[in-house]
Amino acid sequence: MKHVGVNVAADPLFTLTYTGTRGGLILVSADDPGLASSQNEQDNRNYAKFAQMPMLEPADSQEAYDFTIKAFELSEKFGQPVMLRMTTRVCHSRAPVTLWKTPEEQTTPEYVRNVQSSVMIPAFAKKAHVRVVNTMHKLQEFNETSDFNMEISRSRDLGIITSGVAYQHSCEAAPDASVLKLGMTWPLPIEKIRRFAESVKRCVVVEEGTRFIEEAVKACGIPVDAKDEVFEYGELNVSRVRKLLAHDTSPDEKGAPGRPPALCPGCPHRKTFEILRDLNCIVSGDIGCYTLGVLPPFNAMDCSVCMGASIGLGLGLRSALSEKDARRVVSVIGDSTFVHSGITGIVQMVYNKPATGHLVLILDNSTTAMTGLQEHPATGRHMDMTPAPKLILEDLCRSIGVDHVDVIDPVSQNAEYIQLIKDRLASNDTSVIVVRRSCILEMKKIAKLAKKGA
Amino acid sequence: MSENSEKNINVLFAGIGGQGIIRASDMLTEAAFRMGYDVKKSELHGMSQRGGSVSSDVRFGKKVLSPMIPEHEVDYLVAVSSDQIEVCKPFLNEHTIIIRPEDLPEEDRNSKMINTAMLAKLNAYLKFPHDLWIQLIRENFKGEIAEQNIAIFQKTEQNSAQ
Ligand SMILES: Cc1ncc(C[n+]2csc(CCOP(=O)(O)OP(=O)(O)O)c2C)c(N)n1
Ligand code: SF4
Repeated sequence: MKHVGVNVAADPLFTLTYTGTRGGLILVSADDPGLASSQNEQDNRNYAKFAQMPMLEPADSQEAYDFTIKAFELSEKFGQPVMLRMTTRVCHSRAPVTLWKTPEEQTTPEYVRNVQSSVMIPAFAKKAHVRVVNTMHKLQEFNETSDFNMEISRSRDLGIITSGVAYQHSCEAAPDASVLKLGMTWPLPIEKIRRFAESVKRCVVVEEGTRFIEEAVKACGIPVDAKDEVFEYGELNVSRVRKLLAHDTSPDEKGAPGRPPALCPGCPHRKTFEILRDLNCIVSGDIGCYTLGVLPPFNAMDCSVCMGASIGLGLGLRSALSEKDARRVVSVIGDSTFVHSGITGIVQMVYNKPATGHLVLILDNSTTAMTGLQEHPATGRHMDMTPAPKLILEDLCRSIGVDHVDVIDPVSQNAEYIQLIKDRLASNDTSVIVVRRSCILEMKKIAKLAKKGA
Repeated sequence: MSENSEKNINVLFAGIGGQGIIRASDMLTEAAFRMGYDVKKSELHGMSQRGGSVSSDVRFGKKVLSPMIPEHEVDYLVAVSSDQIEVCKPFLNEHTIIIRPEDLPEEDRNSKMINTAMLAKLNAYLKFPHDLWIQLIRENFKGEIAEQNIAIFQKTEQNSAQ
């Protein structure tokens, strides 16, 4: 999953490591250093340490394949879930891969009841906690000699400890340096690292993101040279690794700014942001194509944090602001995001209604546009485009007890849409407007499919 | 490029969402692979559906390490949208060969198949076999679209040869 997806999955994850797993279980976390398309740069290696699970970090396409297979073996052997930690440049990349494993026939496991390890009441969880810690000790011992890590012996003047794609940059930036490439980065092979650090004159940790390896290594009393703060931000590349090694903190060379993304011409979201801009609303936004409502010519978004946050934030603003300002607050959320994490917000809105009520716009473009037009439960289609039971958003909101639920087309019913928003903002009721019109790329996709089918 | 060259070849594709940057770079990656080179491609396509900048790095040769082209090491910049040349500036050097839409006849510059035409321009330097490209176009496009792409590829190839 995407790095921020692990935040959503964190609650079960932290206790899943207590229950352990019977079959192999891999958590693939794809981090986005440099924020190519995310709301933050969180370094999920810290989750492996925090939740207590072993972690593998592939450095290229071949290792992504190799490590996935080995991660299953590791998980099955130690009964622990394993994190496969990826980054943008390992994911969004293409390179030759040599296949070596014939896929095994999938078997259906037999159900084995084991309440001690599966029911995390305190009495059982206390024992499970001890089991996890012991397993992690065993994993560390295993990693001291595991073939996930690789040492390249070159000049002893400079030694580089590195992992993931930073390994590739390092080999190119400092072709003469000795390198300790860590493939399994939690628990760390501390003694192996100690020996390597002692064997070179200067030892530097080259890692993207936080000081995950550096801090753990230093905590064990191993002296290593640390990167400067500027290298905690953004992606590394060959040039930046050269600078990191030289403690050169001068700004990176910059080209002209790239073209910013914009809502497609004819995008149905445009209408909503034109109206919210013209009505001078305080817009609590969410994550999707429509987040671009923050940019000109709309300038119509006041906050956007994470998937699903629009409704809770909007309710918070409604409660905290003066009546005059509270009446201007509108939450805007996409259909896919609504299904993902907006529904509890509607329950909260009805249960703890702010004095001025609230208005939520569900921008139903019938797809998950921003991430590449995926289907979701309210489109009536499965991911493979076969028909699926359709979640009716307006029925769902009505059943929760929202005072007014309307469905409107922002283009063909534009005047009614504007009037409806005005009316709802003037009332003290809870309101949802399902703003329904398909994304233009989704329409093209459906048309193409229909042509194929015909 | 000469067969025994030690130095890797770095090709940077740059354009805007919807111009087929990723597809073109995928085709070059595949071509280099079939020519027997080690090859790596890596791309940035944040929110490309909405007309933002898109770029893709392709590196091939004997052994490729970083999937990203280092600063000033681009050998060929395929600028499918010429306003991206300035954006890519830190990666270019005085020897970088820039292939731009203006190198194509006027009627092809706004073609949906501009990416295929640009690949033909690039191949005037790389000199991968003609048949390999035709094969790749057939694998990447279907029916009528494949034929149109082959036509623009061959036309550009002939123009470039003059
Ligand atoms: C927890 C989490 N998972 C996944 C993502 C990636 N993501 C970004 S926007 C989005 C959904 C967008 O769909 P929708 O809300 O329907 O808006 P649209 O892009 O269709 O306008 C997803 C899944 C994320 N930001 N956070
Ligand atoms: S992809 Fe669809 S939802 Fe996104 S901006 Fe374009 S038309 Fe709008």
